Amino acid sequence: MAVQLISHFDPGLWAIAGRSLGVSASATMIGCTLGIALGAYLGVAKFRGRSTLLTLLNTFLALPSVVVGLVIYLLLSRTGPLGFLGWLFSFKAMVLAQVVLVIPVAAALSRQVVEDAELSHGEQWRSLGAGHGMRCVLLAWNERFALLTVVVACFGRAISEVGAVMMVGGNIEGFTRVMTTAIALETSKGDLPLALALGMVLLAIVGCLNMMLSLFRHWQDRYQESKPNSLRGWVA
Amino acid sequence: MTSLISIQHVSLNLGHVQALSDVSLRIDVGEHVALIGANGSGKSTLLRVLNGLHPVTEGSLHLATCRQGMLFQRPHMLRMSSWGNVTLGLWLDRSLGLSWQQAKVRALDALSAVGLSGVRLQNAATLSGGQQQRLALARAWAKEPELLFLDEPTASLDPPAKREIEALVQRMMAPKDNANPMTLIFASHNLGQVKRWASRVIYIEQGRILADLPTADFFNAECLKQHSHQAYLFLQGETS
Repeated sequence: MAVQLISHFDPGLWAIAGRSLGVSASATMIGCTLGIALGAYLGVAKFRGRSTLLTLLNTFLALPSVVVGLVIYLLLSRTGPLGFLGWLFSFKAMVLAQVVLVIPVAAALSRQVVEDAELSHGEQWRSLGAGHGMRCVLLAWNERFALLTVVVACFGRAISEVGAVMMVGGNIEGFTRVMTTAIALETSKGDLPLALALGMVLLAIVGCLNMMLSLFRHWQDRYQESKPNSLRGWVA
Repeated sequence: MTSLISIQHVSLNLGHVQALSDVSLRIDVGEHVALIGANGSGKSTLLRVLNGLHPVTEGSLHLATCRQGMLFQRPHMLRMSSWGNVTLGLWLDRSLGLSWQQAKVRALDALSAVGLSGVRLQNAATLSGGQQQRLALARAWAKEPELLFLDEPTASLDPPAKREIEALVQRMMAPKDNANPMTLIFASHNLGQVKRWASRVIYIEQGRILADLPTADFFNAECLKQHSHQAYLFLQGETS
């Protein structure tokens, strides 16, 4: 039954999958942009209170999605400070919740990547005249393949969470129902084929993404060994 | 002679290690100074203090305004073309005030000078160790530095690559018309290289300068023995 739903392109199922992808891809894009920028800055900058900030950031790595959902719900509810936006139970609210979940993951993981690069090579770039901001950009860009893994991890975190989107999206059919909330609902209703089909699609998406990443890295390794730089246009 | 760098009573503590203890030193324009000593003696730290990479918290540093270049033992290249790496190095130095286009032209000249114009479009991260060091030298060369710092530039290279780098540094050191002679400060374990490059040798042990002599005097056993017994023992150990 589950396989039939997938192979017969059940419109309900694919609409949910498409919405899930839309919400999580948007959240990953926004969250990773902010998180990687923050992580790169923390990887390079030295300032008073940095270690406290890092401890806080690492704590946020384990942020329960329902807590994020609750906070965003309170912020967006009609009486909340962001109630005037009218975002509650909308696509935007779900994106916002996932962005909040993604930022600490992106920041913490990219901070580690950039800090390692800074420890190994930062001094050389300082001697060439690169200040903090420039080193953030250069080292993050140089470690772009490692950061791509961070992006995939963030997407995995976003697309697989259920608590936050359930609370701020409301799981409204045809509007804010995404794969994880639909799986939870259909399982409780006893419609296991649809729940299973959605689960399989979810797994397939994450699996495809990982496969693409490893293929890309493999291609990159081989390309770097054998060919001139693909970024030759940068200077040529 | 005009003083280019002088440090007075500089001490530096790196964590639990006293890296430098009450070091005072003056280096004049055109001098070629070798810093030698055992591993962990503080020569690389002193080089970084002189270059301004380690902030001086105790003592004082005076560094005249000049174009500087630095070469590390293992140069780091970004994952981009060789040409791009040299261009970026020039563009980052705001004191040169070059636009990206101007930096590109100058970078190409420097790549030709070190014999790497053939791999200018190749990803720099995929070059061999010797080629990467030549590229780092091109990055420094392009700036036409008045002051060049070298931190064991040939320590991780095989003999042919070592010879290439030495020849290029010699070319850089050669006097140019209408220009101040280049000042060279380098840390090295290679005594042959010290003899070939240096006009003055500074021996460091446990963060202290124990001998500071013209090269000929440093390699004169009797003269060195009179100045510093520890430096003499070090040299005996290295040459035996």
